[in-house]
Amino acid sequence: MTSSPVVSVRDLRVYYGTLRGTVRAVDRVSLDIEAGQVLGVVGESGCGKSTLGRGILGLLPEGAVSDGEVLYEGRNLVGTSPRELRRLRGPDLGLIFQEPMTRLNPLMRIEEHFSETLTQHEPNLDDRQVRRRSLETLGRMGIPPTRFRQYPHEFSGGMRQRIMIALALVLRPKLLIADEPTSSLDVIVEAQILSMLADLQENFGTALLLITHNLGIVAEACDRVAVMYAGQIVEEGATRDVFSEPAHPYTRELLRSTISLATTELHSIPGAPPNLIDPPAGCRFHPRCPNAMHVCATKNPVEQGLDGGRRVLCWLHGPADDLSEGALSPLEREEIQVADEA
Amino acid sequence: MAVPARAESAPAPRRKRLSGLRRAFSPVTEARGMTRTMLWLGAGITIAFVLIALLASVIAPYDFDTFQANGQRFAQLEPPSSDHLMGTNVQSTDVFSRIVWGTRTELKVVFVSLLLSITIGVPLGLFSGYFGGKLDRVLVLVMDALLVFPFLLLAIVIAFLLADKVGQGILTAAIAITVVYIPLYFRVVRNHTISIREEPFVEAARALGARPLTIIRKYVFFNVVQNVPPLATLNAADAILTLAALGFLGYGIQPTDGAEWGYDVNRAVSDAASGIWWTGLFPGFAIVLLVVGLTLLGEGLSETINPVLRKRPKVDVDMAPPSGVEAQTR
Amino acid sequence: MLTKPNVARDKVLVSVRGLKTYYSIRGSFGQRLLGREAGFVKAVDDVSFDLRKGEVLGLVGESGSGKTTLGRTLLGLVPATAGSVRFEGREIIRMPEHELRALRRDMQIVFQDPHASLNPAMTIEDSVGHPLRIHKIAKGRELRLRVAEALETVGLAPPEQFLEKYPSDLSGGQKQRAVIARAIILNPVLLVADEPVSMLDMSVRAKILELMLELKRELDLTYLYITHDLATAKFFCDRIAILYLGRIVEIGPSKAIYADPKHPYTKALLRAIPEPDPLRSVPRDLPRGEVPDAARPPLGCSFHPRCSAAFEVCGFESRDLRELLENRWAHMAGDEYDAEQALIEEIASLDAGASRVRLRAGKGASGSDVQRFLERVRSEDSEEPFWRGVRRMSADGENVEIEWHEPIEPRLLDVGPVQVECHLYDEDALAEAESRRVGASLKTTLDEQSPPNVSSD
Repeated sequence: MTSSPVVSVRDLRVYYGTLRGTVRAVDRVSLDIEAGQVLGVVGESGCGKSTLGRGILGLLPEGAVSDGEVLYEGRNLVGTSPRELRRLRGPDLGLIFQEPMTRLNPLMRIEEHFSETLTQHEPNLDDRQVRRRSLETLGRMGIPPTRFRQYPHEFSGGMRQRIMIALALVLRPKLLIADEPTSSLDVIVEAQILSMLADLQENFGTALLLITHNLGIVAEACDRVAVMYAGQIVEEGATRDVFSEPAHPYTRELLRSTISLATTELHSIPGAPPNLIDPPAGCRFHPRCPNAMHVCATKNPVEQGLDGGRRVLCWLHGPADDLSEGALSPLEREEIQVADEA
Repeated sequence: MAVPARAESAPAPRRKRLSGLRRAFSPVTEARGMTRTMLWLGAGITIAFVLIALLASVIAPYDFDTFQANGQRFAQLEPPSSDHLMGTNVQSTDVFSRIVWGTRTELKVVFVSLLLSITIGVPLGLFSGYFGGKLDRVLVLVMDALLVFPFLLLAIVIAFLLADKVGQGILTAAIAITVVYIPLYFRVVRNHTISIREEPFVEAARALGARPLTIIRKYVFFNVVQNVPPLATLNAADAILTLAALGFLGYGIQPTDGAEWGYDVNRAVSDAASGIWWTGLFPGFAIVLLVVGLTLLGEGLSETINPVLRKRPKVDVDMAPPSGVEAQTR
Repeated sequence: MLTKPNVARDKVLVSVRGLKTYYSIRGSFGQRLLGREAGFVKAVDDVSFDLRKGEVLGLVGESGSGKTTLGRTLLGLVPATAGSVRFEGREIIRMPEHELRALRRDMQIVFQDPHASLNPAMTIEDSVGHPLRIHKIAKGRELRLRVAEALETVGLAPPEQFLEKYPSDLSGGQKQRAVIARAIILNPVLLVADEPVSMLDMSVRAKILELMLELKRELDLTYLYITHDLATAKFFCDRIAILYLGRIVEIGPSKAIYADPKHPYTKALLRAIPEPDPLRSVPRDLPRGEVPDAARPPLGCSFHPRCSAAFEVCGFESRDLRELLENRWAHMAGDEYDAEQALIEEIASLDAGASRVRLRAGKGASGSDVQRFLERVRSEDSEEPFWRGVRRMSADGENVEIEWHEPIEPRLLDVGPVQVECHLYDEDALAEAESRRVGASLKTTLDEQSPPNVSSD
């Protein structure tokens, strides 16, 4: 792709302080989101994918500290004042949450939600323009104009989520971050909304960062995918490439353990994700990795570029130079107890 | 199936029950900042008063109704001096001693009334919330009716009614206050029970074949009970005020039965006009201090225990790379 | 693949006949003030099936399908409105509570949310061992031994590591294992598993499903697996029942259903599952809309408003017209919409849910204007199944009267190895539709209607 990225994340770290120690929820993550692209961030719960999404928008809870760079139109959003970030959120950077009902004010009509959002960020619009923009965006999301003056509770779950998406899109943001936008919805409605999100680029020219745990959703809706494990991106590339030929053992194992209609036997990854207070030394996946080598347990893997703009964080892909003798020999794995799993 | 030998050493069940309670209140030890200050300051004041009440006979130089020593009557309305730290009042009794003994009265009444209102209010709330239906409707109606009453008026009416039968002692005052507070426990416990009742683990218990009483005891009670201490502490503060008000109005503890701050304040009203400040100031100050102490403790407790109010404790974040991991080369 | 024991295959463990579970719903504030019942939701509406000993039956449906209520009614946790559930020959519906409690030793349930199904104030030992205490089977040391044994069976080993722990100390997968341990400690016959893996991570799901299959073999269990996920059901179940708005629309052996789904809804569900393998993903054609409000279900077949194969007798009605118009308007520019919308006085008058409706024209328009408008809409998309359902439209002064074909209630029919509740497989319904079509084309000269695309399979 030749277009320049809308948002560039470089070495982003988001740490939480807890009584038990510092949780390294996002640990040196770098990625580019290109204009009009759908980038999926996929991983298991606790891998830091939601924190990454919030970290990019500067929407971190109390007690979290971020460091690194989130470059948007030449400025670093990390360290930008909360007021300035609030101004950018909406017209530039949008966010869609998992649970739509809690984000809509039950006492406000849909119309009022839209007019409030629009007039706040674009005070020059007159009533007619507000109405036209709102109805047009809602229509694209399949919400008929006859329901413009209804209250949130009069809509079904799927429609509410469409309204939320429309509410984010009505300001024409450059980037939309959707955190598990469909996981509280039924399969058919989920599929309907995903096909709409996948068409965002055509309709709105908006880039989308789709955070999900569902590999199927990524395969269906995303151009590129970043696989996260224990706060780091272990593999990133075009979805087709990554899913048909995973380069990182974690990606491969995750794909194998996903139950789909094609599943004929169950497969699971031994062990459990590490706690992010004291992650394992070297590669964080090495205690669970079937391909682990001696070097994996001692040295941090170095990011390697592969063909087609792919990158992977795994010693299997090098660099092999300046490694000591025997570093690439297989590592005998410690017995993992069933009880430690899950 | 082989069973590991170590599993056979069964621990005493009592310890487990206690650890269950300890867990429920573990957030208290994690309190930080303002909440922590409130909690400890409130606890300090409250404990100080409790100690004063327990050791009243040691601390107080005289009995609460002593007006003479060594055959000599104390002077009336004597200003604070080395003999009488807080002076004497119109009846020649020692103000300091009355305050110390009064602490005992106040805490006794509050303790009895809390005990009564909790033992009545909590089970009623549990049953009403868990079973619902007609019982619940009737109880809610009755309790709401009680809540709508101006509580002081209610307490006065009860104290007045009981005065003939029980006498104007500690028990009467305690019962009068109890009636006022039962609806509060009832409401809080009932509402929590209703939300806990919908939890899957309660339905799971039903699916296991547990009887309703077992479910209430083992599944609902422990998840509801944590709301009681903050409420009880705040109520205690309120009860002190109610008792003092009763005393002030003359419906509280009879002067012959014990010292009571509200009564003393009442007696001091006429003194104030003639520049005699010590008879009113000290009991008034005692009321304020105890109420503030209990309120701080109660607010501190509810902020740490109530998940809605509880704040994530602020902890410094260590941005350095994790130990034992070499810096990433990027 | 699984090996399924054939012993006692045909013995029916649970027999459900005509089961109905209705919930009454609270109406608006005004209705409540007047003490009026606002009506009821048919959460389970006339469901019949058999659960054979040793099999895994999947109840599959979306939210609002009634699958969870059905599972709960089966266990007597929710009172049934009508019908019969026989567990090992004993009628459960209206069984007195104390008898039911004794019966609970034999039937257990595992819930969806492992984080909420264990009492946070009880240790794992207390929680898992509580069934033994309730049924006065063991206490003290013996209880502890039995709990340790159960924990080991579900893979929480060594058990002493877990006995003293509280649920909050365990991970999601571990909690679900503990819940399963609690469910099997009484050696039940039937285990109802209500979405046991849907809240767990992908890499954990397989482990829990594997555990459940293992337990089934070891303990000779029968499962009722409730899920919205057709992918895990395909792997896990011997037979599958697809539920839609409280009714079974298709039931049969999993193999048959996955190889050749019959009901349009089953087909739609299977198409909607996202496929992670990029080489296998297929273009979707999804049904429109969402599961309708169960308090006001559509006339006729509940799925007809979303069905692309629906025809005359499926139950088209006024609400479908509203949806049709709204879908049209959603994709229209503002001015066009304003003009069309002005033709109709009150779109909400279509909400009645009737097979016959008088629609009043807006200010300055007449009934024939509205009729012309509707005819135009029809001609622009004559393939739309909705128009098959329209029997007659006639203008009358300021109104247009629209009449739809009378619906025929669908019934469960044997189609090969499965049973399906769909008119596409009902000779009588097809014939009736055909005769109405002939009758209609005699009356209507306006346009030809396309025949319903009855699939040939």
